[in-house]
Amino acid sequence: MARSEEIISSLDRSKIISLLRKGIRLDERRLTEVRPITVETGVIQKAEGSAIVKLGNTISIAGVKAEIGTPFSDTPNEGVLIVNAEFLPLASPSFEPGPPDENAIEVARVIDRGIRSSQAISLEDLAIIPGKRVWVIYVDVYVLNHDGNMIDCSSLATIAALLNAKVPKVKVVGENNVEVLDEWVPLPVRDRPVSVTIAKINDTLIVDPSLEEEKIMDCRLTLTVNEKGQICAIQKGIGGSLTLDEIYKAIDIAEEVAKGIRDALPPLPDLKDVVWVVKEEAKEKLESEAEDSGG
Amino acid sequence: MSSSRISIRKEQRPPKLIDEEGRRVDGRRPDELRPVKIEVGVLKNADGSAYIELGRNKIIAAVYGPKELHPKHLALPDRAVLYCRYHMVPFSVTERKSPAPSRREIELSKVIREALEPALFLEYFPRTEIDLFIEVLQADGGTRTAGITAASVALADAGIPMRDLVAAIAVGKVEGQIVLDLCDIEDKYGEGDMPVAMMPSLGQITLLQADGVYTPEEVKKALELAKKGIMKIYEVQREALKKKYIELKKEVEEEYGKK
Repeated sequence: MARSEEIISSLDRSKIISLLRKGIRLDERRLTEVRPITVETGVIQKAEGSAIVKLGNTISIAGVKAEIGTPFSDTPNEGVLIVNAEFLPLASPSFEPGPPDENAIEVARVIDRGIRSSQAISLEDLAIIPGKRVWVIYVDVYVLNHDGNMIDCSSLATIAALLNAKVPKVKVVGENNVEVLDEWVPLPVRDRPVSVTIAKINDTLIVDPSLEEEKIMDCRLTLTVNEKGQICAIQKGIGGSLTLDEIYKAIDIAEEVAKGIRDALPPLPDLKDVVWVVKEEAKEKLESEAEDSGG
Repeated sequence: MSSSRISIRKEQRPPKLIDEEGRRVDGRRPDELRPVKIEVGVLKNADGSAYIELGRNKIIAAVYGPKELHPKHLALPDRAVLYCRYHMVPFSVTERKSPAPSRREIELSKVIREALEPALFLEYFPRTEIDLFIEVLQADGGTRTAGITAASVALADAGIPMRDLVAAIAVGKVEGQIVLDLCDIEDKYGEGDMPVAMMPSLGQITLLQADGVYTPEEVKKALELAKKGIMKIYEVQREALKKKYIELKKEVEEEYGKK
C-alpha cells in the first residue's frame, strides 16, 4: 500500500471524479461497461487445459494440470480442485517476487468460492476409487499484465482453462490399481460462473475498474453470478463501506453485465455419455472401441 | 493437502438441520442469535482488549498502539498502518489445525482489516502502526464476524478514535432457509455462509462475503436479517464498553469517596 506506484496524483484523482459526476469515465466507457474481452484457449499444449484472457490491458493466463492423488478425508468421494493465483513481477512495477501475498491469495480464494458454490465442476465425477484415488485438478492462474480488475480477468481465465481441459479416462483394475487409458475426455464442467467486480468511487458505482480507477476507489464488491443468474460468491474488498442500497444496486448491475461477459467464454462441453472412470468389466468393449477409432 | 489421518472425534451430519417446527440443530429459531457475551480489558499488557463468547466461540482480541512502525520505510506519511492478524490456535477445531497461518487465515486477516479500517480515524496518527491480534481459542462457526465484533471493542478500549463501532454477524442458507448466526454444524453442512459487518449507526456495510447460491431476493433478505442481528450485537458491545467505566467509577469512588 505504501508503494509509490500505487499513488495517484491529485490532478488525476480530481479529473476522474469530476468526469464520473457527469457519468463519464477516463477511458470513455459507460459506468457499467466492461473493457473488451478476448479469450484464447489451448495456448499451452503441455497443460491439460489453458487459456489467456485479456480484459482491456489486463492479461491473465491459467493452466490446468491434473494428477491422480488421494482425496481429502472429509470428502472421500470427491475429486480435489486447487486454485492458486500469483501476480508475477513482470506484470507491474509494483509486484515483487515471492510467494503469493494476501492480495493473490484473496483472488484465488474468491475464484475458488465461485466455482465451488456454483458446483461448476462436479467433483463427484472425479472420484476414481472412493476414499483412495481421485483426480486432483490444479488451476494455476498468473497475472501477466496488471491494468486493473485482476479478479475478473483471472476468474475468466480459470473457467476458460477448465472448459478447455481434457483428462484421460481411467480404468479401475482389481481393488486398488488405476490404469490410465488413451482416451481423453473433457472435465465435468457444468456451469460457467462469472465474477463481476464493481468499484465505488465517491458515490458512483462502476463496473470493471481500470488501474487508475482502482487506485482511487473507496471499495470494491465482487459478485459472482452463475448461469441461472443466481449469486454464488460475494467479496467486498479494500477499506471503505457500502450502504444496503448500494449493494442492491450492485447486484442488479452484476446480473445485467454477467451475461455479456459469459458470452466471451467457450460453451459448456457436451457431457452426455461421457464417463471418466471405467470399471474392469467394460474392458473388452473399450478395447474394441479403441481399435475402431485407431484404425 | 490430502491427508490420511484418522479422526478420533467423529462428527455426524444431523439428518435435518431445521426440523418441522422450524427449530435449528441447537433449538434456535431462524432469526435467533446464540448467547453472546463480551468482556472489555481482559489483557493487562495490551492497550486495548476484548473477549467474546458467541455460542461456543471463544475469541480474544488485543490492540497495541499507535506505536512507532518498524521498519520505518513502511510507514505512511498521512496515516497509521493497521496491521491485523487473525489466527486460530491448533486446538480450536475438531481436527488439529497447523499453527502456521493458512491461506484462509491470510485472507481473513485482510478482510477483517478492511472491515475495521473505515471505522478508524487512522489519519490522526501518521507514521505509526496499530497492531490488532485476534486469537480464536475455540471455533464454532462465524469466527471472523465474532472476531471483528471483539476487535472493534478492543480498538475502542485502546482509545483509538472511531467513527462508529463495527458489529458483525454471519447469515446463511440452511435447508433452503435464510438463517441468522450459523453455528459450526450449519456452517459445515448448510448451503451457504454470508458474513456481514456494519457500522450500525452510520448504516454502512464494511464486510460482505458469501459462498453458496442465492437469488438476488435471497441476498436482500439475508442482508436485512444480518442488520437485525448486528443491531443486537451492537447493543452488547456498547454495554460491555460502558460496564468497564461504570466499574472503574465505582473503584475510584470507593477509594476516594464520593464527591
